[in-house]
Amino acid sequence: MGEIIDISRRAFLFGSAAVAGGVAFGSYGRAEQILMTASGNPLAAGLAPNAVTFNPWVEISPERITLIAQHADIGQGVGSVQPYMIAEEMDLDPGQFEIRFAAPSPAYFNTGFADEFAPFLSADQSPAAQKARADTLEYLRKTGFQMTGGSSAVPDTYEKLRVAGAIARETLKAAAAKRSGVAVAELRTQSGHVILPDGSKIPYVELSAEAANIPPIVDVKLRDPSQWRLLGKPMTRLDIQSKATGKMKFGIDMKIEGMVFASVKLNPNKGQPLKSHDASKAQSMPGVKKILEIKNGVAVIATNSWYAMKAVEAIDCEWAPSTYPAEQADHWKNLESSFMPEFLGKEWRKIGDVDTGLKSGALVEAEYRAPYVAHQPLEPLNGIGLFKDDRLELLLGHQSPQLVQNVAANAIGLKPEQVTFHNQWTGGSFGHRLEYENVRVLAEIAKQMSGTPVKLVFSREEDFRQDIPRQIAIARNRGSVDKNKIVTADLKLASTAPLNGLLERSLIPSKDPDAQLAAGLWNVYYDIPNFRATTYEAKGLSPCTTWRSVGASTAGFFTESFIDELIHEAGLDPLNARIEMCTVPTHRKVLEAVAEMSEWKGPLGNGKGRGVAFVESFGTATAEVIEVSMTDRGIKIENVWIAAEVGKVVDPVNFENQVQGGVVWGVGHAINCELTYAKGAVQQTNYNHHEAMRIYQCPVIKVRGLENGPKVRGIGEPPVPPAAPALANAIFAATGKRIREMPFNKFIDFV
Amino acid sequence: MIEFTVNGTKQKVDVEPEMPLLWVLRDELGITSPKYGCGVAQCGACTVHIDGSAVRSCQAHIGDVAGKAVTTIDGIDKGDQHPVLQAWIEHQVPQCGYCQTGQIMQAISLLELIPKPTNEDINEVMSGNLCRCGTYPRIRAAIHSAAAKMAEK
Repeated sequence: MGEIIDISRRAFLFGSAAVAGGVAFGSYGRAEQILMTASGNPLAAGLAPNAVTFNPWVEISPERITLIAQHADIGQGVGSVQPYMIAEEMDLDPGQFEIRFAAPSPAYFNTGFADEFAPFLSADQSPAAQKARADTLEYLRKTGFQMTGGSSAVPDTYEKLRVAGAIARETLKAAAAKRSGVAVAELRTQSGHVILPDGSKIPYVELSAEAANIPPIVDVKLRDPSQWRLLGKPMTRLDIQSKATGKMKFGIDMKIEGMVFASVKLNPNKGQPLKSHDASKAQSMPGVKKILEIKNGVAVIATNSWYAMKAVEAIDCEWAPSTYPAEQADHWKNLESSFMPEFLGKEWRKIGDVDTGLKSGALVEAEYRAPYVAHQPLEPLNGIGLFKDDRLELLLGHQSPQLVQNVAANAIGLKPEQVTFHNQWTGGSFGHRLEYENVRVLAEIAKQMSGTPVKLVFSREEDFRQDIPRQIAIARNRGSVDKNKIVTADLKLASTAPLNGLLERSLIPSKDPDAQLAAGLWNVYYDIPNFRATTYEAKGLSPCTTWRSVGASTAGFFTESFIDELIHEAGLDPLNARIEMCTVPTHRKVLEAVAEMSEWKGPLGNGKGRGVAFVESFGTATAEVIEVSMTDRGIKIENVWIAAEVGKVVDPVNFENQVQGGVVWGVGHAINCELTYAKGAVQQTNYNHHEAMRIYQCPVIKVRGLENGPKVRGIGEPPVPPAAPALANAIFAATGKRIREMPFNKFIDFV
Repeated sequence: MIEFTVNGTKQKVDVEPEMPLLWVLRDELGITSPKYGCGVAQCGACTVHIDGSAVRSCQAHIGDVAGKAVTTIDGIDKGDQHPVLQAWIEHQVPQCGYCQTGQIMQAISLLELIPKPTNEDINEVMSGNLCRCGTYPRIRAAIHSAAAKMAEK
């Protein structure tokens, strides 16, 4: 991570009841650490009369209880599981509280990144690793780094939201004790009320004014999971009803009185400006109110979105050319020549003597490729912006609230504190809403339309053209096998840098090697005596960013395909060999789980094949077995068994849905998706060119969450990386054909 | 002026006849349950019923909808909860949820045509509805469960 720019200049008012911000917290170990922030409680500033806030996640007024979802909801269920975690300790039931997304504030720094950003293998519990994680946590706190991503939504909040709920509960009890004269020890809470010994009940909302005058009770103890009413049980997601009935308002559904509609045409040579434009045709088209020039394109303001989209299509633009190669073949050539010392990212791990090891036994060499891929959540990029009196107000869904402020401010010469951001429910992200294409242009448009609210909607085609893709990568792997054992694995990959690219566009550039390129490459837990993992970072290619599971989505495919080739060369069973080689006991249990679930018995024959892959990403060890059959029309993907080690399954139904969705995502994109450049622009501009999985291809997916590990881990991304290699390995088992490049449909047909 | 009904209510709009029904519903009438996903009938998120049949509203010119009856999910979600909605909620199908209103409108249409669909029937009829989150296993289960509920009635 590079230096994060100073965001502490933003001042927050401290209410009398604000608890964060250096106030002593009693003695709750890590919880104390988590709740302390440099900036206090952002809820205190906007508090209504007689309302109270105990911490940055709970607000109670005489009218309502509001719980703050700290992360962005990108479909993963944050808007449900995070309030549930507070409600569990606070003794609230669904329906008794409202949910709001966190505003930009360092109080919401993401503790969940401490593991991923510390340069140690997640299974490393050595004192040095623990210290590095503690230091990283301090760094995250100091910088107030607020971001949704890295499968951190539950790991970040598992403790602190329950603590937040417990603080609220105990303080409400103290207020009730003061009012009733009954000792706190004799009070209990249930269903949004404090219950007195005589059975009478005081609703929490009636205690708000009194609770505001009491210092929050912070010396709280969390309930043992065995006492949980909600968590760990099959909860109903709080957003299911509104999403199934169409009542949910996503960002694209929001409305501000008096707003006009905008659509844009932007330079498809990503990051380059507009040279000139001719809007003569568009000017007289129906509904058109105004045509604006912005830095990297043009915008049409119209009376509805469709008129805006049609008119903007009709504008002829001359674009500045791309700084990356115009044609796809040259992207691959660049990558092929990036395995050179001057492009070295880092040698991440070295065990034994690789060069000597490669000379013993049989040598295995293979090259693998992964293309650029688009995110394309179904809700296109959008947003509402209002510029007025030197302030910009933005309504849109994004994973990094403070960075939205910074990027929008930077685009139009404001200071970040002059930008107000209201996060919205989103129709998916997969990493797309970590980027800023809509944020920058909306800021520019709103400024030009000063005083009038503008709703911007990207057409699907424009969204595809501006999608900052997943990294492109090539791996060149060598290994050796001797006496039925893998002796050496020398893993090298050249890739564009997704995380560093994102940080640069977030205005917080890093000079360190991109650690995401090591994910799935260095965290290999097999007993291989000679092992080396090296990354090279290609320069001058397309900008790239984080795509669901980031580095591991490509390196996991390369590594686990190659391990499979080595195991085959050694004459071993792919799953049993992995179990025997696995050096981390809790990880080994994940492999054993899929063996049991799939009733693994070796080769199936009869045109059927099974493949296995095992990748740890974001600390979550995940194994998948995929079964395919060869039909006369191509490969049919029949069954998937998947197990993941997450320490604790907090939200079991949603967990299963996330895991199944991760498999669908990983397999779907592996079989048929890529973005290719021609004349500097991507050639795929709608789902018919970049389809991923539809229901007819969806296999039966059996899921198991394991709870043996020492830490609570995330599940949004980890099911993705093993999907592609498990499928490729299954295809090999069924057909004898090794597919070493995604998308697989370039080499074999799928039913 | 183009006249038609939405969920039983008469509507009049003064727009170009080529304007897609989807955008009339969303931007002119403020009915946001049909979603814009692709604009070219590749995703199904905009699915509504016109005179009882499932239609991609991004492909229906409003001029051709004149005099017809449009039903969105808001017209389904009334009084006794529709068995398909019940099944969707029981199975907790949605993740991001953006495609789900279109999925449900398509599923209702499927069950009207084939009351007891097989997985193959579901594949056939539902494959035009994209779900980027990958809720397909739950969509399948919810459709089977809705079919069972409807058979009981």
